[in-house]
Amino acid sequence: MSTETLEKVIEKKPAEPLFSKRRKKLVTDPLIDDNPITIQVLGICSALAVTTQLKPTLVMAISVIFVIALANFVISIMRNTIPARVRIIVQLAVVATLVTLVSEILKAFAYDMYKELSVFIGLIITNCIVMGRLEAFAMGNKPYDSILDGLGSALGYSWIILTVAFFRELLGSGSVFGIPVYSYISSLFGPDFKLATNGLMVSPVGAFIILGLIVWVQRTKTGYVEH
Amino acid sequence: MQQSNTYIIVYSAVLTIVLGLLLSGSSQLLGPMQQEAIALDKKKQILGAVISGEELSAMTPEEVNELYASRISSTVVNISGEEIREEGLTAEKVEVAKDYKKAAEERAYPVYIFHAAGNPEAVDSYVFPLYGAGLWDAIWGYVALETDMNTIGGITLAHAGETPGLGARITESGVQARYEGKKIFDESGSLVTVIMQKGEGKDYDNELHKVDGMSGATITANGVNAMLKSYLSHYEAYIKSKSTAAPEAVAAL
Repeated sequence: MSTETLEKVIEKKPAEPLFSKRRKKLVTDPLIDDNPITIQVLGICSALAVTTQLKPTLVMAISVIFVIALANFVISIMRNTIPARVRIIVQLAVVATLVTLVSEILKAFAYDMYKELSVFIGLIITNCIVMGRLEAFAMGNKPYDSILDGLGSALGYSWIILTVAFFRELLGSGSVFGIPVYSYISSLFGPDFKLATNGLMVSPVGAFIILGLIVWVQRTKTGYVEH
Repeated sequence: MQQSNTYIIVYSAVLTIVLGLLLSGSSQLLGPMQQEAIALDKKKQILGAVISGEELSAMTPEEVNELYASRISSTVVNISGEEIREEGLTAEKVEVAKDYKKAAEERAYPVYIFHAAGNPEAVDSYVFPLYGAGLWDAIWGYVALETDMNTIGGITLAHAGETPGLGARITESGVQARYEGKKIFDESGSLVTVIMQKGEGKDYDNELHKVDGMSGATITANGVNAMLKSYLSHYEAYIKSKSTAAPEAVAAL
């Protein structure tokens, strides 16, 4: 039995290309079919909090991608040595270190962004997606696969918060990436024409509504039903 | 697999040391850059009270430093408006946040003087720091008074942890622009400052002491009001001494 499986592993290893179908699925699955926000309903807090404007949201997304991919990688390397009884603490320590690094780097190189995102960078530590991926995947899989899995989940998270931020900034502040789209549009129709912005979109309530609509559209398309 | 207690303890200790070294190393490495970023940010905030935010954000860090060096001079005063002359005491070194914990009479009050372009003698406006409490954490800022010592030329506001999209909006140029042109003294010359109102969307263009509020951020706005009121009253002696010294104010009297 054991020799058989061993042979299989040895046979399989060189056969699996860098971007095999299985590995591609690791990245693409969390984008739609197993999206951390819309399907697993994780990481909602930050999706509501940072998405009033696109620019900070983009920085947040990049930070989360960095933290999840790297945390998955580090934990996956350490996975066979981590004592089972303190594994959550070990994971938390690694994640907290990475998040602190991100926050320090932002403070040194993008101080304005650091000020704007303030507590939410620190709160990546408590983002359920990070710990979720560590427990569910990185603890039992090889480093390279873990990076891909982390990237997939982080990208799934990122595109959702960027979409929410796009609509919130457009409808709430009348701009996209700080470019005042509304005033350009209204200037086309003469001086008296004014597009009103929606204050509701600036508050977290707006994020709930947009997020709800995204979930609705997505589930109508994929036919996903919660059991 | 059940590991022994020794393994767990040693493992945790090693992990802690490794992660600790990593963090302190990065902090050592990035520290100077962070200090620079903080100093630049302070200069930007002071300048933000006197020049527009768009102009400021278009500048490179070097340009900001140069503009600050060429146009801003500073002094430190006490609560009676008298200049404090002490060895090694400069306005830049006064930490308003630390002084905030002292009694108002014991604090050192920095004043930044913005000079007109091309004429280092002429004063364009006076910039005073502000510090107070928002909803979650500290808020601070700088308010610029024009040479009549009554009209607000501009204000910058910053915060440590106000809610993004709500209280954090005090950093937006649109919110700060509401203060421009408002007066801090009423006709009889007593200090009323400028009060941010509850609710948003009303027109306060003709009200000299009121500005439109921020929807959903009334407590932050109250913090801003309290901070403006307390600091302007601490600076009142200095402000009055400057306004009576100005020739047009004398003529008005």
